[in-house]
Amino acid sequence: MAVLSTNQALTRVGYSDTQIASGLFCVALVLTVLQYSGLLPSWLHRIPEEWVPPFAVWLDAAFIFIREDLQLEKLTRWFAEGPLQFMLDTTANLLYGKRRWPRFEQIPWSAIAASAAVLGYYLGGWRLALLAGGTFVWTALIGQWKDAMETMSVLIVAAPLAFLIGLLVGIAAWKYTWVDRAVRPVLSVLQTLPFFTYLLPAVIFFKVGPTAGAVATIIYAVPPMILMTTLGLKKVSPEVIEAGKMSGCSRWQMLRHVYVPAARNEILVGVNQVIMLCLAMVVLTAFIGMPGLGAKLLAMMGSFKLGRSFEIGVTIVLLAVTLDRLSKAWVVKLPEHFERGTRWWVRHKYALTALAVFVFFTVLGQFVGWFAEIGRRESFSQGKEIDTAIKTFLAFDIVQGITGQIRYVLNVWVLNPFRDFLLSIPTFGFILIVIAGALAIGGRRPALYATVFFGLVALSGWWDRSVITLYSVISAVIIATLIGLPIGIMAARSEKWSRRVLLACDTAQTFPSFIYLIPAIMLFGITATSVVMSILIFAMVPLIRYTVEGLRGVPLEMTEAADMSGATRRQKLWSVQLPLALPTMAVGFNQAIMFAFFMVIIAAFIGTQDLGQELQKTLAGTDLGKNFVLGFCVALMALTFDMAILSWAEKKKAQLGL
Amino acid sequence: MTSETPVISCKNVWKIFGQDPEGYLSKLPPGRTFDDIRADGYIAGVRDVSIEVSRGEMLVIMGLSGSGKSTLVRCFSRLHEITGGTIEVDGQDIMALPEKELIELRRNKMGMVFQNFGLLPHRTVLENVAFPLEMRGQDKHERRDRALEVIKLVGLERREEYFPRELSGGQQQRVGIARSLAIEPDIWFLDEPFSALDPLIRREMQDEFLRLQEMLGKTIVFITHDFDEALRLADRIAIMKDGAVEQCGTPDNIVLNPATEYVRKFTEEIDKANVVHARILTDMSATGEGAPVEASATIHALAKLLVNDTRDMIPVVDNGKAIGAMPRKAALDILVGAD
Ligand SMILES: Nc1ncnc2c1ncn2[C@@H]1O[C@H](COP(=O)(O)OP(=O)(O)O)[C@@H](O)[C@H]1O
Ligand SMILES: [Mg+2]
Repeated sequence: MAVLSTNQALTRVGYSDTQIASGLFCVALVLTVLQYSGLLPSWLHRIPEEWVPPFAVWLDAAFIFIREDLQLEKLTRWFAEGPLQFMLDTTANLLYGKRRWPRFEQIPWSAIAASAAVLGYYLGGWRLALLAGGTFVWTALIGQWKDAMETMSVLIVAAPLAFLIGLLVGIAAWKYTWVDRAVRPVLSVLQTLPFFTYLLPAVIFFKVGPTAGAVATIIYAVPPMILMTTLGLKKVSPEVIEAGKMSGCSRWQMLRHVYVPAARNEILVGVNQVIMLCLAMVVLTAFIGMPGLGAKLLAMMGSFKLGRSFEIGVTIVLLAVTLDRLSKAWVVKLPEHFERGTRWWVRHKYALTALAVFVFFTVLGQFVGWFAEIGRRESFSQGKEIDTAIKTFLAFDIVQGITGQIRYVLNVWVLNPFRDFLLSIPTFGFILIVIAGALAIGGRRPALYATVFFGLVALSGWWDRSVITLYSVISAVIIATLIGLPIGIMAARSEKWSRRVLLACDTAQTFPSFIYLIPAIMLFGITATSVVMSILIFAMVPLIRYTVEGLRGVPLEMTEAADMSGATRRQKLWSVQLPLALPTMAVGFNQAIMFAFFMVIIAAFIGTQDLGQELQKTLAGTDLGKNFVLGFCVALMALTFDMAILSWAEKKKAQLGL
Repeated sequence: MTSETPVISCKNVWKIFGQDPEGYLSKLPPGRTFDDIRADGYIAGVRDVSIEVSRGEMLVIMGLSGSGKSTLVRCFSRLHEITGGTIEVDGQDIMALPEKELIELRRNKMGMVFQNFGLLPHRTVLENVAFPLEMRGQDKHERRDRALEVIKLVGLERREEYFPRELSGGQQQRVGIARSLAIEPDIWFLDEPFSALDPLIRREMQDEFLRLQEMLGKTIVFITHDFDEALRLADRIAIMKDGAVEQCGTPDNIVLNPATEYVRKFTEEIDKANVVHARILTDMSATGEGAPVEASATIHALAKLLVNDTRDMIPVVDNGKAIGAMPRKAALDILVGAD
């Protein structure tokens, strides 16, 4: 009976997906072999120039239409020069004394550090107090206060705006299906679009400088807020909704008093993500010349000042961890009751303490200058010494031997041959392989998307650079998998190590991506190897994390059943744990690829020959059309992988009944 | 409005879940069962129900889980839009009410208690209880006073500032009850209010509930799937199965004259002597001799007398007034469980 029905299914469909995929792959193979034997006509190898439609020109025309004919630029400029500039000036004045309204002095660093410590204590006890206070003390003492505050002044404006926009769009998407349907594809593109593609339009529409940085940051940080808001609102328990209705809420009251407060947790998780993405992006806006920690880091790395780079890196990491832990603690922190008749100053004791220490240190700063501002000379920066130390360390024969060896083997035996091989595949063959892969992994829908997306990339006129981008991504992810998977599997063996590794991954994921360049550059200098290395480190984090989570998430009954069947550890791993953890691990693998696509663009800073390099060049000009074409090449390739792998994970999960 | 008009009156009410319930119902041939409808891809939450609830009455709706109890009650308060039929509350067709008046109706006349409490997690006990008052825009001090009053009524004094998660299940349900009482509703819906609680607390809450009901005398629709609970509380019981009401009547009636096989099965396990009162066995035209029994006494309570007595007919009095006589044999049959 069962055999019969599968037979019927087969005859109905014709060929199975696997068969079609193998067929496509064979065609690609034939094309490649023909190419190698020199028999392939050149138009089949690369699409001739004259076939490439002038996408950039069309896009430029569209942008000009939007900017000038629709007068959108006037609106955006007004916003940039009006309210946005005003907010940025205000925070800039308060945080680092920029001479603008309200024309206060800069707030003393000690006042901010002390208030942050009180906030940390309120949210998470002594440890958070130490972390929050310590971060700001470190920043001041190391002499990076001004840079850090330049970064913070944009963050403080961008994060609330991103939150607000995300919340409103999220509510709209939850309320109206048509908004949801319109927003979703935009979000998935936004999440794969390289950040350089956010930067240039921001500069063009919103004026160079902090305003453009703030706008790019906001756009970058909004998507997860939208998703979390919708998710939270959808999850509100039906009884709570009914209770609201039976209490006679009007629609507005329902939203204001029932839905939004009941979705508090998801919304706050969204806030956490907004803050972290804002920080990551603010640091990256250094590429359009925005001052702050990112710009300093860029400058220091550019001139190979490793000591100072390291110090700035530590500051950025501390800031990131502090912001992350504080906002996460806020999610977990639930209101607690006071007994009836508690005095107001007891109810508000933390706010009052924060205010008190703030005032105290502000006043103190007036009298003892050191508490207000620590000048360059007085700082404890050890940049030179660290620099010498690192360079001495790297100059040791053994260290140099190892890094040199790695570099040599990777470059000569692995990376370069692989790149050359990928470049030698005819365009059509390449696309067919991708389609075959998407079909075999994800099924027909992802294969269809792969066809359209890679077809567009081929027609963009940037094929070779796209292939080089892809090559960096693939090689880094493969190496990351080879290293990360065993680490994850080992860690998942014991409860203790799982926890430690997960904590480390969690923390590492809060670091702004820029940071990952530092160790790569330190070890391998400004070379192609460090490009792959930085991507590799960055991509390994989600891989390890999801491997551990997947393996630990295998239901206990199943491992116990394996134990009772007398399976050895290895048998249990291969036949029970790994198959069940595979869908989760696939999600991690997918994230690793997405991260790699992100990082490969940043690595353009080191010097690559891919799309990122061209993208970075566009930032100097006003070439919006080209910028978008390049950006979409990256996004389309990333989306192809995303769809195929996620659809595979979904299918697998459904099969396993998870 | 006279007191004879039922508070809730519903006629041929249907509630069907699915793609196009109205279209489906309009083409529905009579006599299609629940399973037939499900085979068509729809779920009949409520199937052709006609029932009335009079003022001050406590109607208990019973049935297995999934039989449509919650759906029916949610139709009464228009939390669900019904697919067919009419529902009148105080003579007003609630399906015809515009949103504003519906909100007014809920703000002033209806209270509801939920199985899983449905408390707002971010609000204290006091704020939860005052929530309906706040929604109708009552003055801050007034609503605080009123909320404190009901909180006291349900025995939660000194817990006003707690958040729901800081309370036990029983306490949370008290908050739910207090909230539904805050607006002094005429009609009170309770959807399995005690089934999420453990047995000991459930018992305590039932007693508490009876005390409240005695004090307040409201019109109540109470859902439960626990027969003992139903018997302790009900004036009338409606038994539902697959969305339809199988039988609706007094507990005595349901136990003595089950209308369908399903109801009979349902009541089989019950100790009838505990349910049946002398009144229903009374033959109005007969008279007996000797000491009378109270009409409101259960057969169980009369057990000793029934066994030791030798009379064939025992006189029954209601509040001191003779209303007839009860055949002893019929009562004994119930006592020993013979049918
Ligand atoms: N919103 C809904 N959508 C679809 N089906 C529903 C919905 N609510 C209830 N049902 C179905 O209606 C039937 C009656 O449910 P319900 O009234 O909750 O039963 P009870 O309260 O007696 O346990 C069940 O089969 C249930 O699955
Ligand atoms: Mg129910």
